[in-house]
Amino acid sequence: MAGTAVRGRLTWQTATVGAVFDETPRVRTLMLELPGWPGPSAGQHRAGQHVDVRLTADDGYQAERAYSIASAPGEPLAITVERLDDGEVSPYLTEELRPGDVLEVRGPIGGYFVWEPGFGGPLLLAAGGSGVVPLRAILRYRGLIGSSVPVRLLYSSRSWEDVIYRAELDAASDGVSVSRALTRTQPPGWTGYARRVDKEMLAEVAWPVADGPLAYVCGPTSFVESVASGLVALGYPAERIKTERFGATGQ
Amino acid sequence: MSPISRGFRRRRLQAPAGRVPPGQYVTGDFPVLSAGPTPHTALSSWTFSIDGGREPKSWTWDEFRALPTETLTTDIHCVTRWSKLDTSWEGVSLDVLLGAVEYDAGYVLAFSDGGYTTNLPVADLIGGRAWVAFGYGGGPLGAEHGGPARLLVPHLYFWKSAKWVRGLRLRDTDEPGFWENYGYHMYGDPWREQRYAGD
Repeated sequence: MAGTAVRGRLTWQTATVGAVFDETPRVRTLMLELPGWPGPSAGQHRAGQHVDVRLTADDGYQAERAYSIASAPGEPLAITVERLDDGEVSPYLTEELRPGDVLEVRGPIGGYFVWEPGFGGPLLLAAGGSGVVPLRAILRYRGLIGSSVPVRLLYSSRSWEDVIYRAELDAASDGVSVSRALTRTQPPGWTGYARRVDKEMLAEVAWPVADGPLAYVCGPTSFVESVASGLVALGYPAERIKTERFGATGQ
Repeated sequence: MSPISRGFRRRRLQAPAGRVPPGQYVTGDFPVLSAGPTPHTALSSWTFSIDGGREPKSWTWDEFRALPTETLTTDIHCVTRWSKLDTSWEGVSLDVLLGAVEYDAGYVLAFSDGGYTTNLPVADLIGGRAWVAFGYGGGPLGAEHGGPARLLVPHLYFWKSAKWVRGLRLRDTDEPGFWENYGYHMYGDPWREQRYAGD
């Protein structure tokens, strides 16, 4: 297995919010300015890792959550956050937080759901909703290092308005093909898939097993269960299917 | 001293004092977090085995289900920060399973379908603190939650409660399992917030 992702003690660092971008009405990308990031000491992360974020209220109350890193290794730290209406942290991060505000971050964390060029390919990236965030980090990293590994991204969203990184993915580089599914509503003239991901869709989009593909599947539990079991049924070896499930926790 | 995040305030009800470890919040759901596809093993080929003792020991599903069972209600705490209160389980105590084996090892590596492993001290598996659970909420344990059977060690972070568990390897030394190899804590006590190595 790859080496450990966490070396020594992970300490909390104060980050200052830089630019913020609204990706969709519910999703915001936050640039976080952190001394030493990106750098060999504090923050040379791997594509697919996450950070822990800690907020402190003026009465001392604290809340911590984990967020996937949206930026590529070597880029300034960015996270993309989806607002969950009954949440405690995500409404603050997506509605209240402004450039210049501070919060605490520790990481990078996680060494399983990561991609490095030596892992082989081609790559199948399957994203449900905000599960696209760590896969976007992988795509950006691939572009940054000039990797030629072929990529197919299958990205399922509820509606066109819910598609995150729309322009960036539309401009996807050579060797990256994007297939989209919109599960609830579709704009007029929609030519992509108009249903949830199923076995037939995977059979059309996924690389043939004979190509030795490596799959990264990220999204809500039901999406990940459906895609991962569909890939197993197509003959993908379980150890070539990396999954990250966003639990349906109301968080 | 943590800096104050302007405008941030508590939006959740406070859990009963002493009930939830630091850094956790209470959820009513039962989130699913696991690495890789959900395995589906037929009960006819399922076994639970304990290796590394004086003699290897193995139970078929029917033999396992013929062992005395316990029901319990307990709180569980996931390293991703959710805690779920008053979850009800049915399972076989590790006291029963380890009691069938002669050993003097101090640690185990639990192993599961799909290749997952996690390490635990034997002392945390005996004394009525750990089970191999096959029932949840009055019904069978669903595959997405680790069925047909999972380890249940509720006093440690829940990644130690290996889903789809198939056995234990007794060890003289504490060897890291799957998440522990990726930098998660070797022991994982939620009350001491032992999330990552060095915590």
